[in-house]
Parts: sequence; C-alpha cells; structure tokens
Amino acid sequence: MRMPEPDARVLASRAALLARLREAVPGGVIAEDSAMRPFETDGLTAYRQMPLVVVLPSDTQQVAAVCRIAREMGVKVVPRGAGTGLSGGALPLADGILLGLSKLNRILDIDYDNRAVTVQPGVTNLAISQAVASRGFYYAPDPSSQIACTIGGNVAENSGGVHCLKYGVTANNILGIEFVTIDGDILRLGGKHLDSEGYDLMGVLTGSEGLLGVVTEVTVRILQKPETARAVLVGFDSSEKAGDTVAAIIAAGIIPGGMEMMDKPAIHAAEDFLNAGYPLDVEALLIVELDGPAAEVDHLIAEVERIALANDAVSCRVSQSEEERLAFWAGRKAAFPAVGRISPDYMCMDGTIPRKALPIVLRRMQDFEKEYGLKIANVFHAGDGNLHPLILFDANQEGQLEAAEKVGAAILKLCVEVGGVLTGEHGVGIEKRDLMDDQFGEADLAQQMRLKCAFDPDHLLNPGKVFPQLHRCAELGKMVVHKGNLPFPDIPRF
Amino acid sequence: MTTFTPETDAQVIDAVRWAVAEGQPLEIVGQGSKRGLGRPVQAAHTLDLSRLSGVVSYEPEELVLVVRPGTPMLEVEALLGSQGQCLAFEAPDYAPLWGGQAGEGTVGGLVAAGLSGPRRLKAGAARDHVLGVTAVSGRAELFRAGGKVVKNVTGYDLPKLLTGSHGTLGVMTEIVLKALPAPPLTRTLVLAGIDAAAGVKAMADAMGSPAEVASAAWVPAELPFTGIPPRTPSVLLRLEGVDVSVDARLAGLTRLLEGRAATAVLDNDESAALWEELRDATPFAQRPDLVVWRLSVTPGEGAAVLERVRQAIPGTVGWLDWAGGLVWLGIPPGDAQAGLVRGALSGNGHATLFRAPDPVRAAVPVFQPQPKPLADLSARVKAQFDPAGVLNPGRMGG
Ligand SMILES: Cc1cc2nc3c(=O)[nH]c(=O)nc-3n(C[C@H](O)[C@H](O)[C@H](O)COP(=O)(O)OP(=O)(O)OC[C@H]3O[C@@H](n4cnc5c(N)ncnc54)[C@H](O)[C@@H]3O)c2cc1C
Repeated sequence: MRMPEPDARVLASRAALLARLREAVPGGVIAEDSAMRPFETDGLTAYRQMPLVVVLPSDTQQVAAVCRIAREMGVKVVPRGAGTGLSGGALPLADGILLGLSKLNRILDIDYDNRAVTVQPGVTNLAISQAVASRGFYYAPDPSSQIACTIGGNVAENSGGVHCLKYGVTANNILGIEFVTIDGDILRLGGKHLDSEGYDLMGVLTGSEGLLGVVTEVTVRILQKPETARAVLVGFDSSEKAGDTVAAIIAAGIIPGGMEMMDKPAIHAAEDFLNAGYPLDVEALLIVELDGPAAEVDHLIAEVERIALANDAVSCRVSQSEEERLAFWAGRKAAFPAVGRISPDYMCMDGTIPRKALPIVLRRMQDFEKEYGLKIANVFHAGDGNLHPLILFDANQEGQLEAAEKVGAAILKLCVEVGGVLTGEHGVGIEKRDLMDDQFGEADLAQQMRLKCAFDPDHLLNPGKVFPQLHRCAELGKMVVHKGNLPFPDIPRF
Repeated sequence: MTTFTPETDAQVIDAVRWAVAEGQPLEIVGQGSKRGLGRPVQAAHTLDLSRLSGVVSYEPEELVLVVRPGTPMLEVEALLGSQGQCLAFEAPDYAPLWGGQAGEGTVGGLVAAGLSGPRRLKAGAARDHVLGVTAVSGRAELFRAGGKVVKNVTGYDLPKLLTGSHGTLGVMTEIVLKALPAPPLTRTLVLAGIDAAAGVKAMADAMGSPAEVASAAWVPAELPFTGIPPRTPSVLLRLEGVDVSVDARLAGLTRLLEGRAATAVLDNDESAALWEELRDATPFAQRPDLVVWRLSVTPGEGAAVLERVRQAIPGTVGWLDWAGGLVWLGIPPGDAQAGLVRGALSGNGHATLFRAPDPVRAAVPVFQPQPKPLADLSARVKAQFDPAGVLNPGRMGG
C-alpha cells in the first residue's frame, strides 16, 4: 500500500515536537516503540506502521492544543478511537501524530425528556445503550463491534448495524457534535434541537473518516426499546429465491427491524462454531426480525411467512421465545469469528448493490473463486443491499494475500459496475482508496477534495486515506475564466 | 434580465460558465414557489430549472427514486403514492404561505431548501433521505456525489451538504431520493385543554414511551385546526401503521396520559387534514399580515421559548411541532423583531425569519447568524464550491 512519503523535515524535528506535546498534554505522550506498538494497526491488520508519536489527550482543550502544535509545525495527525475500523482509517503515518481519543470516555449528560445523551468521543457504542437501559431506552445504530468501537469512530465512519434499515445509520441518529479543526478551533454543530443551522456541516463531518476534524463530543438521540421483537428464520434452495423474498417483503410495505442473509459457506461456518440450529441443507438463509407492539409483530410475522412460502422457502421457523430469537442472531453475529476459525485469515468486503443485482453478483463471485483459487463466504445486510463477502485465505501461503486483495478489488468493482458503491458502512480508508476512481470521476473527487481544503488546506488531517491522489489546495482552487470572450450561451431563454 | 431555461446538464454548465466569465450572478429557481424564503437574491439573471424535469428511474423494491430537479412535487408524490410509498420526511407545501398556489413547487426546490414536515420527529429530515446528487458547481463543473443505493459511505456526504444549501453551492441537475412505504393508516390522539408547558411534558412522555409516535404538536386556543374543539389548547399525537398496531399503541398511549386532559381520537381522514395544516403552516397562510418565524429548539424548551416571545412581543401567536422542538411564531406586521425573537432562544437552537416582506428580509439576517469561526468555515466551504459567488448570492446571508 502506497502511503505519502514521510517528511524528512518532520522526522528530524521529532525531539522538538515531543517537547511541545509533553508540555501541552502532560502524561499523555507515548514515544517508546514498545508502548506505541499496540497502535501500529487497526481492524485492517494486514497493514502496520509505527507512528511518529502517540498522544492521548484527556479533554477537548488538549486536543485543540495538539492540533495547533501540529498545524504550526506542519505535522500530520491521525485520529483514532478504538481501532476497530476495517478500512485502515486509523493506520498511523511514520511522520504523523497518532491522536488517540480513548481517555475522553465520559458520559456527560443523559436527558430523557429530550431523548438525548451527550458523550465524549471515546465512549463505546454499547456503553450508551447500557447507560440508558434501566429506563428502557437504547441508542439504535448497533455495529457488530459495539462492545469495543467508540462513538467518535462511529461518527467518523458513519457506521451502521443490523438494525439500520429501519432505524438509520449514525448520521440519522446524532443531533449535535463538537469538533476541533486542524487550526485548533473548537466548533459546535447542532445540539439537542433537530435541524442544525446553516450548511449541514454535521452531515459532512459524519463519515469523513477523520479527514475534516477531530470529534470531541457527540449528542445522540435515544429511542425507547420496541415492546417486542421476534425473528423468522427462512431457508431457501437458491439465493435468487431469498433475494426475491426480500424484494417482496419490501414491496409489501414492510420495513423489518433487521433482514440478514447468509450463504451456504457462512451458514456452515456459523453452525460449526456455535450450533445456532441453522438448517444445513439450504443454499441461503434469511433472518427477518420484526419489532414493535406485540399485535403488530404477530401480524407482520404472518405476512412475512406468507411471502416466504410464496417464494418457495424450504424451511421457515418463527422464534417462540427471546432465547430462540437470540439464538437465530447468534450465528449471524458470530459470522466473522466463525469464518476466522475455518480459515487462517479472511478479508471482509463491504460493497452495496441494488438488491436486484444480487444473483449476478453472487454468480460472478463464484467465477472469482475459481479464477483465484480462494473461497468466499457471504453475509449480507439484505434489506439495504450491503454485502459483506468474506474472502478466505492464508497469509503464510505464498501469493494468497495478493490473490485475496485482487478478489476484493474485483468484487468491489463489480458492485460499482452493477450500480452500487464501494462501501456501505466500513469506509474507504486505505483499503478502497485506490478504487475511488472506479466509482467517481475526476471532477467528482476534485470537488470532494475542495471540501477538504475548506477544513484543512495543508492536508494535515489523516492524509493518504480516502483519496487516491492528494492535490494541493492551490491547484484545486484554480479556475479558468474566459473573461469577456464567452458568447452568450445557446440555451432556451425568455 | 435574462431567464435561462436549460433542458440538459450541458446547458446548465454553459449558463454557469457564462455567468462566471461575465461576473453575472444567477438566481436559481424551480417554479419560484420558495422565493419568499431566505434573503432576496441580488441577481439580474435567472436560471430556471423547470424544464430540467422528469423521473429518471423509480424502483420501489429498491426504495430509490431518481428525479430531475424541475419535476413538480405533485408529480413526484402521485408517482410514489401509486406504489404505496412516500417521502417519509413529509414534504411541506408552503407555497400558499408565501402567497402562491397550493401544489406549486419542484423537488429541486424542496431539497435545496431542506424542508421537512411533522413526521421529521420520527422519520428524520429531508437531508436523511437524499442519497445522491449530480450538480453543477459555481466553477461550472458537473460533479456527482453519493449513490443510488440506500446505504453508502463512499466519499464525503455532499448530498447532505447540498440539501438545505438554498442553491448557493451548486445547481442540482439530478437527485436520488429514498422512498419508503407510506403508512396505511393514521390516527391522532387529542388531549384537549392543556397548556403549552404541560403539553410539552405530555409530548416528552409520549415520545419516551414505546408508542412510536410519528408526530407530536401542541396548538393554542387562538388558531383553528381541523378536529380540535374551538378555542381549546391541545396536544396532538399522531400514530401510523397497520390497524392492529395503531389500535394497540393508541390504547397504551391513552393509558399513559390518562387524567392530563380530555382525550379524543381523530380518524384517518380528519388526521390527514389536521397534519396537512400543521405541515403547511396553514393558519399562517390564512393570516398573510403576520410576520412568520420558524425556530428549531431543544424540544423541552419549546413552551418556554414561545412564552418568552409572547411576553416580549404582544400579539404573538404560535404553536409547537416536533414535540416542542419546532416553534412556529406569527408576530404582528411591521418590524421582524429579530433581536427579541432570537433573544428568546437563550442560546439554544436557532430562528429563521420564514415570512416577511422583501425589504424586511433584505435588512434582517433571515438565518441565524453563526459564531465567527463557524461562519468563517461556512464561507470557506462556499468559496470552494462557488468561488466567483455566482450562485444565488446573498440568499443565505453573508
Ligand atoms: C468484528 C467487527 C465487526 C464490525 N461490525 C461493524 C458493523 O456491523 N457495522 C459497521 O458499520 N462497522 C463495523 N465494524 C467496523 C468498525 O467497528 C467501525 O467502523 C467503528 O465505527 C470504528 O470505531 P473505532 O472507535 O474503532 O474507530 P477507529 O478504527 O479507531 O477509527 C476509524 C476512523 O475514524 C477516525 N476517528 C476515530 N475517532 C475519531 C474522532 N474522535 N474524531 C475524528 N475521527 C476519528 C479514524 O481516524 C479512522 O479514520 C466492525 C469491526 C469489527 C472489527
């Protein structure tokens, strides 16, 4: 993976930088190799890089001070939450500060009347739901990594979860943020009110992968837990039929709380791992969860069963208890570790496709398996078309990592080819950076980079991520103006 | 004074390129139904997008609708309705509020203004339903952002940025929207005879229950609404879904709020009429003399903000939507009283001068002034999209 050339001037001034950082963040600067080692990679473990220094500030003011020092000295900054990101967004830079936000881990305010919780960025996703559970509330977006991942990381990646078809992703569930610019300014957007003012900068900061600002506080909206939830486990003898069922459920006006699909290799891996009770003689399995008042859930379960049987389901089981519902989910939620057990290494892809393209995409994936000699297991957020193909490989076998990377790229290009996108929830990071040209044209990327220039004109925040090529802001800002010699345009007019 | 009426993306690019070369700003309009919103634009020429119209594709099972900006909202809603779907954020029709005809307006104008109705409380805002855009920047370059699928984090979320940017960042030429199932049935629980402060508390309790309340409003004695007993301040709680579910939730909600005020239930048709009036601010459309403000505040503060304005400006009438988080104010004609209205916020939320004569909106900041570092950042964003300032100059202030 090609990263920006480390800046020799910055490497040479490390001692001066450390001195200033130690003054700004007493006790929060880590500079010894052994202590920095845990930070050298994130959830995309195939790539590792030691940072120039790790800084762990304990409040917003310290974050601002670090940014000011970085800006003054021309040093790059890579923000980091829990390091569970799967696209390499928190991969350190050799000449950059790794800015860890784990010490900003306090819940600042719980406001039930306004259904809002304000937290520091290092608070984990699950901790928010736990803090309000006693009153029956929860925070809806639920990435599978929710025990570990931080809300700051969730905002930076605009993370989703299995319930986001009905309840939305991070962007739809936050009300306000405080963030620090690379200049060290502390800005607030939104609050506890619903529509934030002016340009929707909160909208662009969400999912900006640490390239626009450092998030130092987040206000999320919380919801009352649905009264009941039940799940249906449906088996099919082909993925097409499972896909048709998903389309028919949505066409019937039903938006389930969750709707997940697994293919045969994923089903078998999960069943071997924890005996979830999945049928093993099916090609595809759907888990459809309905939530809400009991009367509604019963009604919708019956509808879903009817639709599934009309689409030739070969097995159909409705959870009869909370334990059974959780058992249906257990296999799906453990799909990654389950696959990790049957293969020394795996790579998780994250494209989104229009659902109707599922049969073609699955067929082409079988071709890739043959072509590259690697197996693929598929789990799929079926409701919103977000695929997670898991490519199985063994990094210790000569050439397999490279082959897996090629299969991954081929799958993502295929997603774009059928009208989809490179990433549904894991972010671009370094992993999909060099594929951005496949989804976007030059003008599209240039305009995105110009937005970056408004926030960070010197490209100091997390450079080398997201964009395949870094253009200087002065370059991007140039505009050719045909002063006075452009004819009146030939457009219909009054 | 030229009005360009492009029919293709290329013609939009040509018009903007010409505007940049000649230093001639453009006012961007669909049908002009929202000209009354924002600062009046200072531009001699108009870019009229009403002929850049039509549905590009609509796939109900994918929940995705792709349209050209000039497509009339009536057409969009009829199409979605034919498949049992809708824009869940509930597009308001403010044309009558600004003196136009009901039903006027284009989808481009709706998205550019970033407006959402009462269901915004539960379903999210317009910005949460814009999946992708194609636009011509003030650099006369066509760019695409977002995608045509419902879940996507590839690149910056420029669709959100363009939504609500009032045509100051780019001229949208194609918009991808998320379509969702329309609720089959609506009922409204009315708590009749409850003041604003108790009303806000009741709405908070309702929102904190599992009843999945889709909209929650409080209306005062002074303004008429369908289904509400005359001169009775009331809380309105809207429940949507399949009948068995609505009935079950209605029963739970009634138990929860028992004893706070007299309860009544409005059926589907009355509910539809009532929430349309709240959505479109109909009582103020019927009172064209009033200056109208629209405030976004912490929901629990709604009643207090309304009361502070009533104290400060005699003759003010208003109601609360979004469980108290949206305050509609009508103040007597004349000065917009921006200082008093914005002062009543006590630093929490923001106020938009929603309707006032042109000269008033030219003199008063229509949108809430921002703290300096944020205003500077917004100005830098604008400059990156429209360095020559040819797109709707002045509309958002600045
Ligand atoms: C087993 C497993 C399951 C997962 N399941 C899901 C899932 O279901 N859905 C899903 O969406 N994701 C999932 N993920 C991916 C990952 O957990 C999410 O992307 C998560 O939001 C990352 O949070 P983090 O705190 O670990 O961030 P990090 O990995 O530390 O950082 C991620 C990015 O955010 C930036 N960043 C972090 N904190 C801040 C901040 N405060 N301000 C600015 N930028 C910041 C970093 O620079 C980096 O670019 C999964 C990961 C694993 C390992």
